[in-house]
Amino acid sequence: MTVAISARGLTRRFGAVTAVDGIDLDVPRAQIYGFLGPNGSGKSTTIRMLCGLLVPSGGTVNVLGHEVPREVETVRRKIGYMTQRFSLWDDLTVTENLDFMCRIYGLDGATRRARMKDRIRSYDLASHANQRAGTLSGGERQRLALAAATLQEPQLLLLDEPTSAVDPQNRRDCWENLFALVAAGTTILVSTHYMDEAERCHRLAILDHGRIAAEGEPKQLARDIDATVIEIECADLTAVRRVLVTVPAIRSVAQLGNRLHVLMHRDSADPERELRASLAGQCADARVERVGATLEDVFVAATQLRRPDVERAA
Amino acid sequence: MIWLERLLAISAKEARQLARDRVTFGMIIGVPVLQMLLFGYAINFDVRDVDAAMLDQSRTSLSRQLVGDLQATQVLRVVREAGSERELRELMQRGNARVGIVIAPDLERRLFEGNRPAVQLLVDGSQPALEKIAQGLGSMPLLKRAGTSATGVRRFEIRTEYNPARRTAVQIVPALIGTILTMTMVIFTSGASVRERERGNLELLITTPVTRGQLLAGKLLPYVIIGLIQTTLILGVGRVLFGVPMAGSFVDLYLGALVFIAASLSLGLFISTIALTQFQAFQMAFVTMLPSILLSGFMFPFEGMPAFAQAIAQVLPLTHCNEIIRGITLRGATLADMHVPLLKLVIFLVLMFSLAVTRFRKRLD
Ligand SMILES: Nc1ncnc2c1ncn2[C@@H]1O[C@H](COP(=O)(O)OP(=O)(O)O)[C@@H](O)[C@H]1O
Ligand SMILES: [Mg+2]
Repeated sequence: MTVAISARGLTRRFGAVTAVDGIDLDVPRAQIYGFLGPNGSGKSTTIRMLCGLLVPSGGTVNVLGHEVPREVETVRRKIGYMTQRFSLWDDLTVTENLDFMCRIYGLDGATRRARMKDRIRSYDLASHANQRAGTLSGGERQRLALAAATLQEPQLLLLDEPTSAVDPQNRRDCWENLFALVAAGTTILVSTHYMDEAERCHRLAILDHGRIAAEGEPKQLARDIDATVIEIECADLTAVRRVLVTVPAIRSVAQLGNRLHVLMHRDSADPERELRASLAGQCADARVERVGATLEDVFVAATQLRRPDVERAA
Repeated sequence: MIWLERLLAISAKEARQLARDRVTFGMIIGVPVLQMLLFGYAINFDVRDVDAAMLDQSRTSLSRQLVGDLQATQVLRVVREAGSERELRELMQRGNARVGIVIAPDLERRLFEGNRPAVQLLVDGSQPALEKIAQGLGSMPLLKRAGTSATGVRRFEIRTEYNPARRTAVQIVPALIGTILTMTMVIFTSGASVRERERGNLELLITTPVTRGQLLAGKLLPYVIIGLIQTTLILGVGRVLFGVPMAGSFVDLYLGALVFIAASLSLGLFISTIALTQFQAFQMAFVTMLPSILLSGFMFPFEGMPAFAQAIAQVLPLTHCNEIIRGITLRGATLADMHVPLLKLVIFLVLMFSLAVTRFRKRLD
C-alpha cells in the first residue's frame, strides 16, 4: 500500500449548497499532502468526511485500507485529527489535557507517562505544563493540539488549518515538526490558505468551490500553469492599468511594489510583444518581461478565474 | 478494563472541570440550601388566625359562646363585626376579612330543630387553602353546646397519621429532595454536554476510539455523586431546621435517590442530544421541570387531578421519586415496599439512557 487515502467522486451537500463536489483524491504515504483553498472551498468538509465525522452524500473513501464510514472505528485507532478550531479543554492544564487524551486513546500507564514526557519536550511545552489551555497563546495552543493529535502515534495526521492563528516563527517550527513526523513514516494531510506553507508540501490539491482545480507537486504545478506570467515596470502604473483592462487576453493583474504582475491566456503566440504594442501609445517607458510562475499564480489561475471556455459551457 | 478506564477518564475530566467552574460548584451547594429555606419557611399549608368578620343577628349568650368556640380553634380570629349582610360582604370584598360568619337571628330554634343551618360560613374562594378550613370548621360539634339531640355529636374524627403535628415542613422536605434534584440534575448534564458541543470539544472527542456508552455514562457518573451530596444536604437541613424525622433506613433512601438521580441525568443527556445551544438545553430542561413540580403531588394532591394530568404524572420520574422518599422517610417503608414506583423509575432510567445513546452520534451531521 503506497496510498494512505483514496477517494473517488467524494461529494457532500448541505441542503442546496454543495460543499464538496466530486473530488478524486490519492494521498501517498509518508508525505505531506496539502489542501490549498480559500475559505468555504470545502477543505474542512473534506477532512471531516475522511475521518468519518460527516457522511458523504456520494462517492467512496478509503483511509489506510479501510472503507469509511463503514469501518470508521478501526480508522479512528490509526489517525490523529487536529480541528480547525482549538478543541482541547480550556479549563484543563496542558498536562491534564494530554493525560486525558492518552487515557481516551487507551494508553497504559508506562506508555502514557513516556509519551507525555516526550510530547511536552518535543513541542516545547515544559514551561506551560501547568497552565490552563485557555490562557495559552495561539502558537502554544497549536503546539498543544499537535502534541495531542500525535499521542497515539497515528499513521495518518489530518490537520485542518493548523497554523491559522500562529505567528511566522511558530509556523516555521510547526513545519519542522511535521517534517520530523513524516521522516518517521507518518502521512500528513494539511489544509492551509498560506502560499508559503503550500509550497512546502510534497503534493498539493488546490480546492475551489468544492472541486479540485489543480493537483500535483508545487514545482510541477508552477511549470504547468495554464497562463503566461508577465511583469510590467513603469513610472505611471495607473496608466498601464487603464490600458490593460482593454486587453481581452488578460486574466488578472496584481501590483507588487512598482511592478504589475499579470496573468495572460496562453493562446497568444507572443504575449510580450502584444502587450508592448498595446502600451506603446501611453506608457512608452514600460518594461515588459516574462517571468516564472509562483504558486500564487497557480492558485489565482486555478481559482479566481474560471477558464472562459468552462464558464461558457456552464 | 480499558473500557472502564476510558469511562473513568471522562468522569475524572468532567469532575475536574466542575470543580473549577465556581458558579456551577456554588449552585451545587447553594441551590438546595436556598430552596430548602424558601420552601420550608414560605410554603405553609397550615392555616392559623384567618381574619374573620362576624354578623351576629341573634345576639344571645349562645351566639357569643359559639364565636368563642370558633376562635378557640385558633384557625379564625374575629377582627370585625358587621352590622348588616351588605357590610359583611363589603368587608370580604375589600379583603379585610377572609371568612364571614353569619349567625341567624333565630339561632336557638334552628339548632333545636336541626334541619336548617344555624350558622353560615362565607369563605373567600380566591384563596386556595381556605375552603378546606371552612369544611373543617363546619364539622365542629356546635350542637353539643345546645345540649340537644345526638345529631350534633361530631360525626368524624380526623387524625393525621405519620405527621401527627400536621406540620407542612414534614410533608414538604422529603418531597423537596426530588424537586431540587430535578432542578439541578437535568440542567447540569444537559448544559455540560451541550457546552462541549458548542466549544468544539466534541468534534475532537468523537474522532477518538471512545464509545458512545463510555462518553455518556462517564459524563453521568460525577453528577450522580453530586446528586447524592445534595440529597444529604437536604436531609441535613431538613433535620436541623425543620426537625423532619427519618422513619426508614438511610440505605433504602439513598438507593432510591440514586435511581432517581440517574433517571434525571439520563433525561438531561437526552435533552443534550436535541438541543443545539446551552440556552435551548436550559429551556428544554425547564419545560420538563415545571410539569414535574406541578404534577408530581408536591404542590397539589395527586388524587385531585384530572385523568390526563395523572397520566402525565405517571411518566414523570419525580412523581415516583416523591412516593418512594415520602414512604421511606415518613412512613418507615422499605425499598421493597416501594418496589412499584422504584420499578417505574428503573424503566424510565433504562429507556431514557438508551434513547440518549441511540440519538447520540459520533458524527457531526
Ligand atoms: N454544517 C454545515 N451546514 C451547512 N453548510 C455547511 C456546513 N459546513 C460547511 N458548510 C458550507 O460548506 C462550504 C464549505 O465549507 P468548509 O468545508 O468549512 O470550507 P473551508 O474549510 O475550506 O473554509 C461552505 O460554503 C460552508 O458554508
Ligand atoms: Mg475550514
